[in-house]
Amino acid sequence: MSDLSTTPPEGYDSEGYPIPTATQPDSEAMRAEMLKIYPQKTRRKREKQLLTNNPETPPEIGANTRTIPGIITQRGCTYAGCRGVVIGPIHDILHITHGPVGCSYYSWLTRRNLARPKPDQPINFLQYCMTTDMQEEDIVFGGEKKLAAAIREAYAMFKPKAIAVYSTCPVGLIGDDVHAVCRQAKAELGINIFGFSCEGYKGVSQSAGHHIANNGVFKHMVGLNDEPDKEKFRINVLGEYNIGGDAWEIDTVLKKCGIHVTATLSGDISYEQITKCHTADLNVVLCHRSINYMAEMMETKFGVPWIKANFTGAEQTSKSLRKIGKYFDDKQLIDRIEEVIAQEMAALKPVQEEMRKRLQGKTAAMFVGGSRAHHYQHLFKDVGMLTVAAGYEFAHRDDYEGRKVLPTIKIDADSRNIEEIEVEADPKRFVPRKTPEQLEALKAGGFNFKDYDGMMVEMKKSTLVIDDISHHEMEKLIELYKPDIICSGIKDKFVIEKLGVPCKQLHSYDYGGPYTAYTGAANFYKELDRMINTKVWKLITPSWKKPADPTIAMGKGIDSPTNKTIREVVAGMAKAWKPQKSAPASSAEG
Amino acid sequence: MSCSSCKPQVGPEEEGKEEFPGPTTNACKLCTPLGACLAYKGIAGTIPFLHGSQGCATYIRRYLISHFREPMDIAASNFAEHSAVFGGREVLHTGIENVSRQYKPELIGIATTCLSETIGENMPQLLHEYKNRTDVSHDAALVHVSTPSFKGTHVDGYHKAVRSIVESLAEAGPENVAGPVALMPGFVSAEDLRHLRELFAAYELPLTMVPDYSETMDGGSWAAYERIPVGGTTVEAVKALGSARAAIECGHILATTSKTAGAHLADKFSVPLHRIGLPIGLRETDRLCEVMGSIASRETPAAVEAARGRLIDAMVDGHKYVFNQRAVVYGDEDMVIGLTSFLCEIGVTPVLCASGGRSRHFAAELRKLVPELPESTIIREGADFSTIGTEAEALNPDLLIGNSKGYSLARRLKIPLIRCGFPIHDRMGGHRILHVGYRGALALYDTIVNAILERKQDTSSIGYAYL
Repeated sequence: MSDLSTTPPEGYDSEGYPIPTATQPDSEAMRAEMLKIYPQKTRRKREKQLLTNNPETPPEIGANTRTIPGIITQRGCTYAGCRGVVIGPIHDILHITHGPVGCSYYSWLTRRNLARPKPDQPINFLQYCMTTDMQEEDIVFGGEKKLAAAIREAYAMFKPKAIAVYSTCPVGLIGDDVHAVCRQAKAELGINIFGFSCEGYKGVSQSAGHHIANNGVFKHMVGLNDEPDKEKFRINVLGEYNIGGDAWEIDTVLKKCGIHVTATLSGDISYEQITKCHTADLNVVLCHRSINYMAEMMETKFGVPWIKANFTGAEQTSKSLRKIGKYFDDKQLIDRIEEVIAQEMAALKPVQEEMRKRLQGKTAAMFVGGSRAHHYQHLFKDVGMLTVAAGYEFAHRDDYEGRKVLPTIKIDADSRNIEEIEVEADPKRFVPRKTPEQLEALKAGGFNFKDYDGMMVEMKKSTLVIDDISHHEMEKLIELYKPDIICSGIKDKFVIEKLGVPCKQLHSYDYGGPYTAYTGAANFYKELDRMINTKVWKLITPSWKKPADPTIAMGKGIDSPTNKTIREVVAGMAKAWKPQKSAPASSAEG
Repeated sequence: MSCSSCKPQVGPEEEGKEEFPGPTTNACKLCTPLGACLAYKGIAGTIPFLHGSQGCATYIRRYLISHFREPMDIAASNFAEHSAVFGGREVLHTGIENVSRQYKPELIGIATTCLSETIGENMPQLLHEYKNRTDVSHDAALVHVSTPSFKGTHVDGYHKAVRSIVESLAEAGPENVAGPVALMPGFVSAEDLRHLRELFAAYELPLTMVPDYSETMDGGSWAAYERIPVGGTTVEAVKALGSARAAIECGHILATTSKTAGAHLADKFSVPLHRIGLPIGLRETDRLCEVMGSIASRETPAAVEAARGRLIDAMVDGHKYVFNQRAVVYGDEDMVIGLTSFLCEIGVTPVLCASGGRSRHFAAELRKLVPELPESTIIREGADFSTIGTEAEALNPDLLIGNSKGYSLARRLKIPLIRCGFPIHDRMGGHRILHVGYRGALALYDTIVNAILERKQDTSSIGYAYL
């Protein structure tokens, strides 16, 4: 399927994906139906965050704006993004949360960023959750002394290589100088100790915490060790947090190809690996939202270029591997990559084909993260499923519309209070990885750096794009679209399943995974089959009641004659709503 | 583990008490607003609402959902830096208004967070201002509770919210009306709440439980979308508690505090108050039955007697397996007291009783209620899992009894963990574990015995088939 010169087999598109057979209703009508309940002010805001897609010219989306109080959101806070997501997975530094007990408890192993025990490191610090457990007197008299004591004692107990301290809401308010305490402790104990001002009320969502974490990791860890790994073809995998073992799966495939991972930020990563990650030849960015800052800063200071890649979905994995091969421009490496792809695909194909038979024609919707709602669409595409609606929880406009909109994103009060660190080329350590001629040649061959085009260009026309989806919109989506599966998080999951739609958690993977690369793809297809085709959905109505309402029954596709609600809405809409002149007569795709 | 040069200042109340300097490592308690949110979920048509950062609502929802595996909506006022500096009046009012319009709740249960408490939000004033506004919805009753997470644990937040609900809603009823019994069951499982209802039904006693999340947090599948899951004690029923014929409050530690829901009913409406422990194990359930019998003025129902009989019978049958087993018990203070009392009844020796709570009454209550507890048993309040782990390693226990957070310790010690209490996120049905009543004791008994037998078979080189 990689050879584009041959015509794709029947039922497959030019990229090699099976063409989904499910169809969509008129998404403009659906959108109007979903928005109509809101009072004017709220509607004006939600209209900008709930769009019908046009992949050729993605409309502007009102992403990364504050959630209106009282609208129950799935978003988290700055602390969660910083401690929970980006830095939490580093397994051999101690993490101390400075604040009352809750925040540390709630970030205690909850994110499933796995780490394997290491021979030289008997203790895996991820299982420890440390907090200063501030009491009322600390709020009144200040918590700096308590923090200093906590750091000393934590050091005495574990002798870690480094300690990271995270501020929670009250710390910022009472004005504890966490950074000063850390500096003093660093001088006293002689290990690396640094703080993060990631109070929960800062920023719009956890996204602000990602940025703060990137800054801190870059300032306090990256570049401390200039000794590069000995292997050839060194890359960093950025924005991969090893949920359910994803990073291990990627690592395995890369290793087979002969590509060496200096550091994965920050899934199953050690402190040592971070300190020398600037010595790699290339940064490969997976989760653009959480780590693009780091990629940019490393390029400016050390000359490590970055590319966007994706190891979620079989086709995407192959594409990403080839892209890395092209960057290194080494015949042996490129050949090896093709061998690995051929091998892996030969093993995966039978599974994919079997699952396609059971899943093609089904529909999915996804509301998760800052990149998963995009990446996972490829897994659905692999088996001929159609993503009818998708949206992020905390992404910015560039994750939807592509990096080309970056210059036009307005800075507001919420983004202004997150530090932008000024980075310059390091006078000694900046090393361009490619000569200008090599770069020209790469570009001429269609190779793009910093190339994130966003989610919308890859979604079908007239699908729905919904940022920071609300409960009401989710309910409406289920009523109108009845997707065969929805991917979301734990806070939505049980509402969705109460309504008879299976929900796959894409934050914790429902404690499953891995889902990356080829083996992971097979895991995910099987998981989809298990969830969508399980008998339980058919057992909901007891035998003594009438047969289940067909509009509640599962697995029928959107234009199924049994899907009564949607036809009623569309019929009602047709009376009230007139299509714009330029709108196509039918939005059905495929 | 202490560092004498850097001990935090000890307040006057804490003099002579053991201080816990340094970090809390793997806490054995959660934060106060979590408890408040769960209590609010036990009132029909209620949306819990946190005045603070949206992260608090998200984290607490995440945590409660991982235990209950049910939808759990908590709204928040979504503080921004601006509101953190200038006060949260506007975000609070917008939030309440939006929740009222979208969810049409009967009640909005507001709890503060460390953020709003640190900036000193004057909640009565802010809510008073809301009530005086003419441009907003007033359909929902508003209850609020102060739950700074730097004061107390999730259990304290729970009891404080129960107190607020009763204090805000209960009204004086007509004279000479003996209304339903008010039962404040404490922080127990959904299955416990259902069983308590059954027990009261057996005594033919009408009952109002505050709270009752047995359905809202453990419901069936939905035919149609439920904005707020059905179930829970109605606002009407709570209002009528002014004429309750009696009030029962479960928790010995709870009883050491004066400001409780039961105390309010007793003080304001002269409702007779019975303070007992969580009815875990034989003796503590006996006490509940005595109280129910005296309120109902009737003999113990035959079905209840029969359940007690079955428990005794099982205790005789299984004594050889459990006798002299050494257990480490940890969790919420009242839960640990109940479990310890029960373990001593069946012949297990609790060697360490620990809780993250710091009521300063834990040891005294345990000694008083469980006089047979060996002198050597270590009792720790304000403990974290670092302390519990260190102590446990030296004690060579056979069993761990408590929530899921003891898993890594159990794994390290290679002993079974009997899951009880909250949170349980590594097994199915944590919210359906029955702890209370004779039936709860019997269920716990079987679980404990079977865990011991399983371990015996697993570690045996012979493989005994009859045990």
